[in-house]
Amino acid sequence: MRTRATRRHKDWALAYALLLPGLVIFSIFTFWPFLQNFKLALYQNPPYPGLPSTFVGLSQVGDVLSSVTFHQSLISTLLFVVMVVPTGLLGGLVLALAAHKALKGMAIFQVIFSSTVVTSVAVAAVVFGTLMDPVVGLLPWLGLDPHPAILSNPTWALPAVAVIAIWQFLGLSFIIMTAGLQSLPEEVLEAARLDGARAPTMFFRVTIPLLSPTIFFGLVVGFIYAFQSFGQIDILIGSQNAEFTHTNVLLFYIYRALSVQNDPGLAAVLSIVLFAILLSVTLLQFRFLERRVHYAGN
Amino acid sequence: MARVHFANVSKRYGDVAAVDDLSLEVADGELLVLLGPSGCGKTTALRMVAGLEEVTEGSLMIGDDLVNDVDPKDRDVAMVFQSYALYPHMSVAKNIEFPLRQRKIETAERKQRALEAATTLGLEDLMDRKPGQLSGGQRQRVALARAIVRDPRVFLMDEPLSNLDAKLRVQTRGDIVALQRRLGTTTLYVTHDQVEAMTMGHRIAVMQGGRLQQVAAPQDLYERPANTFVATFLGSPGMNLIPARRQGDELVTPSGSLVVPAELSGIAPGEVTLGARPESLSLGTEGLRATVSLVEMLGAETQVHCKLEGGTTLVVRQGHDQVRPDLGHSVLVSVDPSSLHAFDAATGDRIEGSQ
Repeated sequence: MRTRATRRHKDWALAYALLLPGLVIFSIFTFWPFLQNFKLALYQNPPYPGLPSTFVGLSQVGDVLSSVTFHQSLISTLLFVVMVVPTGLLGGLVLALAAHKALKGMAIFQVIFSSTVVTSVAVAAVVFGTLMDPVVGLLPWLGLDPHPAILSNPTWALPAVAVIAIWQFLGLSFIIMTAGLQSLPEEVLEAARLDGARAPTMFFRVTIPLLSPTIFFGLVVGFIYAFQSFGQIDILIGSQNAEFTHTNVLLFYIYRALSVQNDPGLAAVLSIVLFAILLSVTLLQFRFLERRVHYAGN
Repeated sequence: MARVHFANVSKRYGDVAAVDDLSLEVADGELLVLLGPSGCGKTTALRMVAGLEEVTEGSLMIGDDLVNDVDPKDRDVAMVFQSYALYPHMSVAKNIEFPLRQRKIETAERKQRALEAATTLGLEDLMDRKPGQLSGGQRQRVALARAIVRDPRVFLMDEPLSNLDAKLRVQTRGDIVALQRRLGTTTLYVTHDQVEAMTMGHRIAVMQGGRLQQVAAPQDLYERPANTFVATFLGSPGMNLIPARRQGDELVTPSGSLVVPAELSGIAPGEVTLGARPESLSLGTEGLRATVSLVEMLGAETQVHCKLEGGTTLVVRQGHDQVRPDLGHSVLVSVDPSSLHAFDAATGDRIEGSQ
C-alpha cells in the first residue's frame, strides 16, 4: 500500500512539474491581470494623472452601467454584431457552397476566399478607407457625391466599419463552412437524392440540418469576433472624428477609456462588462441553440 | 417491379475501367447478388443503377426504360447503404416518411404507409426516436423501412449487413430474404461475403477486376465454377488448384500421378490446372505425396493443410471423427476422381467436359 501511495505522489508531482511552465505563464499574463482587473474596477481614478486613486467599491460599476455613453456604446456594439455575424456567416456559406465543387482550378478560389482571414486589420482598413474616401474613393468614381463623407456620417459610419469586419470575417466563415461541407456524410446526401429530394429540399431539409453543428460553431466564433472588433474603428474613425460616438463599440470604448481618458477604473469596469456579455451570450448559445443542432449519430 | 438490364455497360475513370463491358440481366422479382472482392466494380455497377454514377458506355435499362441519363429521383429505385445513411436530425417516423413526402403524398396516407413499413420491420415502438438513439440493427431496419415504404421498382443494397455483429448479421440476412420474397421486388444486392451471397441470392454474379466472371444459381456456381477465380473465391476455404500435365491416361503432378477419370477424358494432352474442393480430398493410403503444414480444428471438422512436393498447398476437410495427422508428417492425399474439375492452365477457364 505504501509503495502504491508513494508512486501516486510521484505521478502527481510529475504532472504538476509538467503543468508548471504553462501555469506560470498563464498566471502572469492572464490570471493575474484578470484578477487585478476586478480590483481596478473598485477604484476611481482622479482626473489628473499622478494623484492616488480612491477606493469607491461597486459605486463606479453602477455609475458606468447607468451612464448614457455606456448605453450608446452597448447599442452600437449590438448593432455592429447584428450587422456582422449573420451577414458574415451567410456570405461564408454561400462562398463555401460555390467553391464546394470538384472543378479544376477551384483551389485558387478557395485560397482567394479564405485570404481575408490572413489580411491584417490595418491593411484592410486602409484599403477600405481609400475605397470610402470622399475624393478618390469608389463613390466619386461612380459619379456620386457622398456628403458628408461615409466615415463622418452618423448614419453610415457604423455600417461602413461593419462592412470591413464582414469582409474580414468572410475568410474565417468560409473556412469553417468549407470544413463543414467537406465532412458531410456523402451517403446521406445520396440517399436524399434517391428519395426524390429536389434542390431546395436537399438544401434546407438535409444539408443545413447536417451542417448545423458547423453553423453553430461559426455563430459562437462570429459573436466573439464581432464583440472584439476594434482595429477598423480605431484606424478609420479614431477618437478625433466627431462621429465616433456612433461607432463607439465596447472594445473601442475600453481602449479610449484607458489611452485617451486615462481612466483604468472605467476601462476595468467596461472590460468586466464585455467579459460578462461574451460569457453569457456563449452560454446562452450553448444552452438554447445547441438543442437545435443535430450531431450525426455515431 | 421491373427487370434490370445491363447491356455492355462500362464505367471508366480516365484510363481505369471500374466496370468493363458488363452484360447482365436481373429478372423481375429476382434477388441477384453481386459478389466479388474489394475494388471488383460491384458497388460501381450498383451505383450506376441508382444513378449515382454515370454510365460511360453501353445501355442500362430498368423495366422498359433506358435510364442512362435519368436523374436518380426519377428512377424509382430505393437503396440501402452500408452506413444506413439515415437523416440524423429526423425521427424514425420522419425518416421513413421522407421519400413519400418528396412525392407529395398526403399526410394521412403518408403516416399510414410509414406505419405499415415500420410494423413490417418491428419498428412501430421506435417511431419517435432519433437514429442516434438506436442500435446498429435498429438503424439498419429503419433504412430498410425507408426503402420499402414507397414500393419502388428496384431495391439496391450495398453491403447492408457489414456493420452488424456476426449474430445479428445471420438473423438480418434471413429477414431480408423473407422480406424480399414476400414483396417480390427486384433486388440487386452487393456483398463481398460469399456466405451472404450463397444464402440470399436466387443467382449470384461474380465480378473481378471490373469484369463479370460468372452468373449462376449458388449451387451451380459452387459445383461448376467458370474459371479458377470463381472456383477459389467461393467456398471456405476455396477450391484447391493443382498444376498438372496430361500424359496418356495419366494426370502427372510433381507429387505423383492420378488416373484420368472418365469425366475428364475430354481434356487435351498438355498442361492443365486441376481443381478439387477440400471435401473431395482425403488422407489415405494412396494419392499425392505431401507434408502436413497446418492443422486447423474447427470443432465439427478439421482443415488439414498439406504441402505437395511441387510447393502447392492443398486443404483437406476431415470430419471430426477422422484421424488428425501431426504437423510435419508425410501423408498421401487421395482425390475423389468423380469430383475433379479441370481448367485451362493458361486462361484459367473451365474445360468443358470436366465434371
